[in-house]
Amino acid sequence: MRQLSPEDIEALSVGAWILGTGGGGSPYHALLNLRRFYDAGVRVDLIDPDELDDDDAIAVVSIMGAPLVFQERLVDSTLIARAVSAMEEHLGRKFRAVMAVEIGGGNGMQSLLAAVHLKIPVVDADAMGRAYPEAQMTSFAVGNLAPYPLTSVDPRGNEAIVGKTSSWKWMERVSRKLCTEFGSIVATCKAPRTGAEVKKWAIPHTTSKAINLGRAVAEANRQHADPIAAILKAESGKFLFSGKVVEVERRTTEGFLRGRTFMEGLGDDHGSRIRIDFQNEWIVVWRDGQALVSTPDLICVLDSESGEAIGTETIRYGQRTTVIALPAAPVFLSPRGLDHVGPRAFGYDIDFKSVFCS
Amino acid sequence: MRRIGIDVGGTNTDAVLIDGGKVVQGVKVATTADVTSGVAAAIEALDLSAEHGSGLDALMIGTTHFINAVVQRRHLTKVAVIRVALPATSSLPPFTDWPAGLAELANGGVFQIEGGHDYDGRRFAPLDTAGARRIAREIRNLGLKYVVVNALFSPLDPSDEEAVAAILREEIPDVSVTCAHLLGGIGLLERENAAILNASLIALARETITAFEHAKSKVGLNAPLFVTQNDGTVAEASRAATYPVFSFASGATNSMRGAAYLSGLKDAVVVDVGGTTADFGYLRNGFPREANAVVHIGGVRTLFRMPDLVSIGLGGGSHIDLEAATIGPLSVGYRLSTEALVFGGNSVTATDIGVAAGLIELGDRKRVAHIAADDVKRILRRCKQMLEENVDRMKTSASDITLIAVGGGAFLVPEELQGVGRVVRVQHGGCANAVGAAIAQVSGEVDQVFQGLTRDEAVASARKLAESRAVEAGADSESLALVEAEDTPIAYLPGNAMRVRVKVVGNIRSTRMGQTAKEKVTCQSVS
Repeated sequence: MRQLSPEDIEALSVGAWILGTGGGGSPYHALLNLRRFYDAGVRVDLIDPDELDDDDAIAVVSIMGAPLVFQERLVDSTLIARAVSAMEEHLGRKFRAVMAVEIGGGNGMQSLLAAVHLKIPVVDADAMGRAYPEAQMTSFAVGNLAPYPLTSVDPRGNEAIVGKTSSWKWMERVSRKLCTEFGSIVATCKAPRTGAEVKKWAIPHTTSKAINLGRAVAEANRQHADPIAAILKAESGKFLFSGKVVEVERRTTEGFLRGRTFMEGLGDDHGSRIRIDFQNEWIVVWRDGQALVSTPDLICVLDSESGEAIGTETIRYGQRTTVIALPAAPVFLSPRGLDHVGPRAFGYDIDFKSVFCS
Repeated sequence: MRRIGIDVGGTNTDAVLIDGGKVVQGVKVATTADVTSGVAAAIEALDLSAEHGSGLDALMIGTTHFINAVVQRRHLTKVAVIRVALPATSSLPPFTDWPAGLAELANGGVFQIEGGHDYDGRRFAPLDTAGARRIAREIRNLGLKYVVVNALFSPLDPSDEEAVAAILREEIPDVSVTCAHLLGGIGLLERENAAILNASLIALARETITAFEHAKSKVGLNAPLFVTQNDGTVAEASRAATYPVFSFASGATNSMRGAAYLSGLKDAVVVDVGGTTADFGYLRNGFPREANAVVHIGGVRTLFRMPDLVSIGLGGGSHIDLEAATIGPLSVGYRLSTEALVFGGNSVTATDIGVAAGLIELGDRKRVAHIAADDVKRILRRCKQMLEENVDRMKTSASDITLIAVGGGAFLVPEELQGVGRVVRVQHGGCANAVGAAIAQVSGEVDQVFQGLTRDEAVASARKLAESRAVEAGADSESLALVEAEDTPIAYLPGNAMRVRVKVVGNIRSTRMGQTAKEKVTCQSVS
């Protein structure tokens, strides 16, 4: 177990946004909330999954909802803790620690806010290693662990418990409905996990990974070095393309932000053109009709100068971008894993071929 | 139509007199620290003798005074902020993530009460009117006069902000209330921040505009005073004093509007190359395109209607590094006339390169004869690259656009640029900003929720309301034109509810008979 420093939480916000692969919501508000506690001297402990006992109870948390609503109905830091307490009341036992369902985006920091209020550590792990839009797109679902129960709470004292669903997809459907009814922004505590389940199925050390990424960017910027080179080095990433955005198409369907963007190459990539499809997150990069890289490999679009991640919601014409890939968690590379998060899970009839295999 | 247009910039205060669509006089004086004496000097420098000055229709002033107050942290007033969003949002109270020094100057007290709406128009929580009244009395006892009210999802339903404002006015007789929904869209903190900056500047704005009025009467003008806005229109002085943030970016906007008017073009990219920076903007339908993104002002995140601008360190005074072939971002600024090589100084500036390349005749050309032709070429190539890259950033599609080059450093813009169909230069483009102020129109806006009407009926009633607001603001009813109309259905509210946003613009009503129709303006005598 180690204590996270103020520099760690700043780095985490940068790294989580990169691991958000275009989605996951900005970590800005969560960081502001966390800074207030850190300014008051509060600190969060990070616990390695290996330090957990097999029968420890672990809370898995996230904020669910529409990014536009996130900008207005700001989530209080207490709400995520309330979702966990509601689960404790339902189960009749206390949690040993809390973990994020997804490290990518704002949810990569929400587990820390729950930890602050509940005075328990955060597990250095998550169930995606990035951000994904749906409940069944987790390592726990790949592991066929129980999808229930779930608590969903809003700030007005409306709290729901989903006692049982027949599948992860049903959990997605039911919890999404609750979320919409509560104002399209809720705090949720997902199906609780045992220490043993976390050790077997969670994706380990993703909080540390996000912090390392953020530190690499900060260090590169301090030395006026190339932040993107630092990111690639820190996480054995692969450079794919450098260019500028020449077109963006965006539409909101079935609660998702879908669309595609085109980029034209600059420098060494001059004369080449790519297309990136997205559904909340970046899903597939195409060049000359061929998939260059696809989910579950992490596709990150970065500002070519600052190395800052660019989201699918904010990308716009003329931006100078560098596209890189980071390796996916091994759990998603199995046939079962690919069923849940491979290109076909997003409606693309192509076989997944990792850029890290060639 | 006779008007005086004045643009108060960081270095110079430009003024033009426009008559019958022609710029008949132009003057440039130094901007003064108090702003108003520079304005008075500019008006006095114009020849307003009987022949030229009689029957003025309007005096239009654009000023960066208010945004400078934020940046320089001067003249700000303490503000009380009431946020109506409990039981949500409380852990990020007003002034969160403000620079400490600025928050200290502006924060007179923050209050949070229950109320507000949800994204779908349904009520989020009942409005705590008793709490609002209690807080209003507390604010009165604190002696605060400037109050911000910001309610959850108020851009969709402003009723809670209006209700709290009414209570404040009942309890505090001479209160000035800034309702956040009038300043920004969705984005609770950013909208609130814009509203706080606004409220904090109202005292300064009132003082400044009163001083402008004094300057005006001192020189014997009785034409009405208008202040130019971020969107390229003008507001009557009294309204401008209530919404100073709407004047924040008027300098750049005025340049763009002036460029549009002088060139007769309505859709183009404009580059205004000054002494220190080159500002790029995009004209759509004759008006600057709005930025739909967070804008930092004095270190504060805001989100309100500002023109979409890119500013880079490239201007006539930019320092040149011949060895590295780089330009700027540092500039000699207003010291150009003493520090540039051609003026006898020791700094190599972009102006010196322009003179060496024969792009402009200024100062003593012999003093730049030693610069190698290859170096000049390399610098100009770099300059071209910088221009191309930023013109491209402003474009929304890959096809070629027209570029209008204005400002004193426009000689740095070459005739041929990648992605640019043609470069347009307007005669005496140096006066574009003051012309932009002088030709500005008046707008009327409506942004509200309509119920029980068809879409067409709702848009029509909104338009009618916007038109009456424009006329109220001084527009000629004959000249009104629709520039924006959008409607968004709101689910869950009964009676086919929709949010309608309409904006109309029109020419300022002439106070004289026989006004001239719009004519093409040519700059004739600009000093």
